[in-house]
Amino acid sequence: MSASKKTSVPQLRGRYLRQATPFCAGCGHGIFMNAFLRAADAVKLDFGRTVFVSGIGCGAWVPSPHFLADTLHVTHGRAIAFATGIKLTRPDLEVVVISGDGDLTTIGGNHLIHAARRNVPIKVFCLNNWLFGMTGGQVSATTPQGAITETTPAGNPHRSFDLVNLVRGAGAPYVARWPVARPQWLRRGIETALQEPGFAFVEVLSTCPTQYGRANRAQWAEKQATVPWAMLTWQEANCISRRKVGEEGAAGKIVVGEWREGEDA
Amino acid sequence: MTKTYLVELDEHLCKGQSCAICQQTCPQGVFDVRDRPTPQGVWPLQAARPEDCIGCLKCELLCPELAISVTPAGGPVAEPGVPQAARPAITPDLGGWATIPSQLSAGVHFLSGNEACAEGALAAGCRFYGGYPITPSSELMVHMAHRLPDVGGAFVQMEDEIASLSAVIGASWAGVKSMTATSGPGFSLMMESLGYAVMTETPCVIVNMQRVGPSTGQASRPAQGDVMQARWGTHGGPEIIALAPWSVQEMYDLTIRAFNLAERFRVPVVVLADEVVAHLNETITVAPTVRHFNRARWPQDSPFGTEADDGVPPMPAFGEGARLLITGSTHDARGVRRTTDAHTQEQLVRRLANKLLAHHQEIDDWESHFTADAERLVVAYGSVARSALWAVQEARRQGLRVGFLRLKSLWPFPDDVIARHADGCQEVMVPEMNLGQVAREVERCVDVSVVCLSQTDGELIDPRRILRYLLEGRWER
Repeated sequence: MSASKKTSVPQLRGRYLRQATPFCAGCGHGIFMNAFLRAADAVKLDFGRTVFVSGIGCGAWVPSPHFLADTLHVTHGRAIAFATGIKLTRPDLEVVVISGDGDLTTIGGNHLIHAARRNVPIKVFCLNNWLFGMTGGQVSATTPQGAITETTPAGNPHRSFDLVNLVRGAGAPYVARWPVARPQWLRRGIETALQEPGFAFVEVLSTCPTQYGRANRAQWAEKQATVPWAMLTWQEANCISRRKVGEEGAAGKIVVGEWREGEDA
Repeated sequence: MTKTYLVELDEHLCKGQSCAICQQTCPQGVFDVRDRPTPQGVWPLQAARPEDCIGCLKCELLCPELAISVTPAGGPVAEPGVPQAARPAITPDLGGWATIPSQLSAGVHFLSGNEACAEGALAAGCRFYGGYPITPSSELMVHMAHRLPDVGGAFVQMEDEIASLSAVIGASWAGVKSMTATSGPGFSLMMESLGYAVMTETPCVIVNMQRVGPSTGQASRPAQGDVMQARWGTHGGPEIIALAPWSVQEMYDLTIRAFNLAERFRVPVVVLADEVVAHLNETITVAPTVRHFNRARWPQDSPFGTEADDGVPPMPAFGEGARLLITGSTHDARGVRRTTDAHTQEQLVRRLANKLLAHHQEIDDWESHFTADAERLVVAYGSVARSALWAVQEARRQGLRVGFLRLKSLWPFPDDVIARHADGCQEVMVPEMNLGQVAREVERCVDVSVVCLSQTDGELIDPRRILRYLLEGRWER
């Protein structure tokens, strides 16, 4: 796409946003919002015929009240259940769920796996920032083992969900994982997911500099950099494309890419 | 010639130096922190050396605030964005009463309470059912699974009762009448979404075929232990509507009424039935037509507020161009969150209550017998009222001046109806299958002695036991 033909940033904001973003400085969710609006614009997602459903937490604030569309901001963890009722009633509308890992996979995990099994054609974007950000940074189902959170001061003793394998295992025909540190991959991934015919789940590897970043400051390699940038650099260095994973495996890195039904892991 | 770029950074959107992702990602060092803060105290970034920009777009794509725009210098100036689709012209739909042909053929049918409830829902226009199986309401769900496709509706068995009512609320905003049914343990799980329906003013119907509790109790035995839960079970103390059918005929009729009240007042309506009427088989008479109420949909200027402090706002559906903002948090008339605004909160919760309380005469529903000369009054509801009516009739035959009042609506509690009927009585008796939930409400409404004839053993109260109390004043076994 040549630069002259692309939709400008002020145009994106004017077409799709009611107001400025609410996030902390350097929040990965804002990078997702940026990529999502570009993807929605590219695939001509009609915001007048799209319902955005979100639950509770920082991720849920991406669509509501910011997107200039019908938005349903619901109780904690239940966004997918509300979305199911909407989609079954109005199959002609696009129904998009955008919420966080705490909301969709921790308190709402049951709804997620059942939606994947039913294959109701809704699109689910799970903004995974590895903890509960809005309540101050408590452990979630996706917090890496050993990570410091408010409620795991000695390090998280438990393993975390692998969301791609979880949702694939539940029967989802399309699952993807993309990092915000790679906004071009992310945007293309969102475009693909939005055009899938069935249930689509995208785990967005986001960043929470305010809670996770500060609590686990020792993890970030570039001590001189700001926390947001250090987290993005770490993420970029520690993600490997599924296509690049060779015989020797992922070498401890997070595998990103897309997985369709019937493919090998 | 080297291509040059216009790098624009909106300082009003920039979150400043604690983000600084643009500065860090730029390979050319275009960005600096500005030497003075904004009035809001943010030290924004600025494009200090735009002439060095190579147009890689890293800053634009990584900016969490969509504050940076990189365009080729001298290129076309982009027009400001406009929303994709203008608001569609939708005919004003003020809703209201209409008469439609009945779904069932007119005449006499032999049905269970569960089936009659399902048929009442279909007759009222219900086109979505989301539920989870639980005794003693499962047959209702099964009936809906078979019948909804016939009428172009959608049915889904969800993963639990939280999800069930959540899906029902989603369907309601998608523009159809929707319902779920359950019993005690499932009703407990629904409390979360029930509160959401109250706060978002979502019309929907929840049928609770009450069974013995607490907890899993006795699954196939009747009780009336959820009267207070229906009213107070969800946090925040809202007003709701609850109806109490006593027969299979009323499972049909009051379910239709429940949908009409839900649409009229934009409120969840609970049909508080019990295991006896759920599993009872009786003949019912179906009229050739059904009067039903449809919500006002447009105009939609304020889907969550009215000028009157007891008003019911219009409710547009998804996809109609209303760009709805729906939230369970405190919100203004447009749906915009006002989570620290005292006035908005007070105004909202008052209106949510007033829209029912100020119109309770539209909701109150009862039948009474032998009350003109009554010295004592029996107040009953649901299946227990069947026993109570027999006992009162028998007592009358034996010369006692006992009156009978049956409540068909329980919430908002019909204070006036109770007070009026108890006028001139020395004693009010309330037989019920709990520890006195309605009896205590009745006590509030009258200044004579109120006796709770309480039975919680999972058996329908024997009419002879009530009669014995009327004759001998003895409730002990």
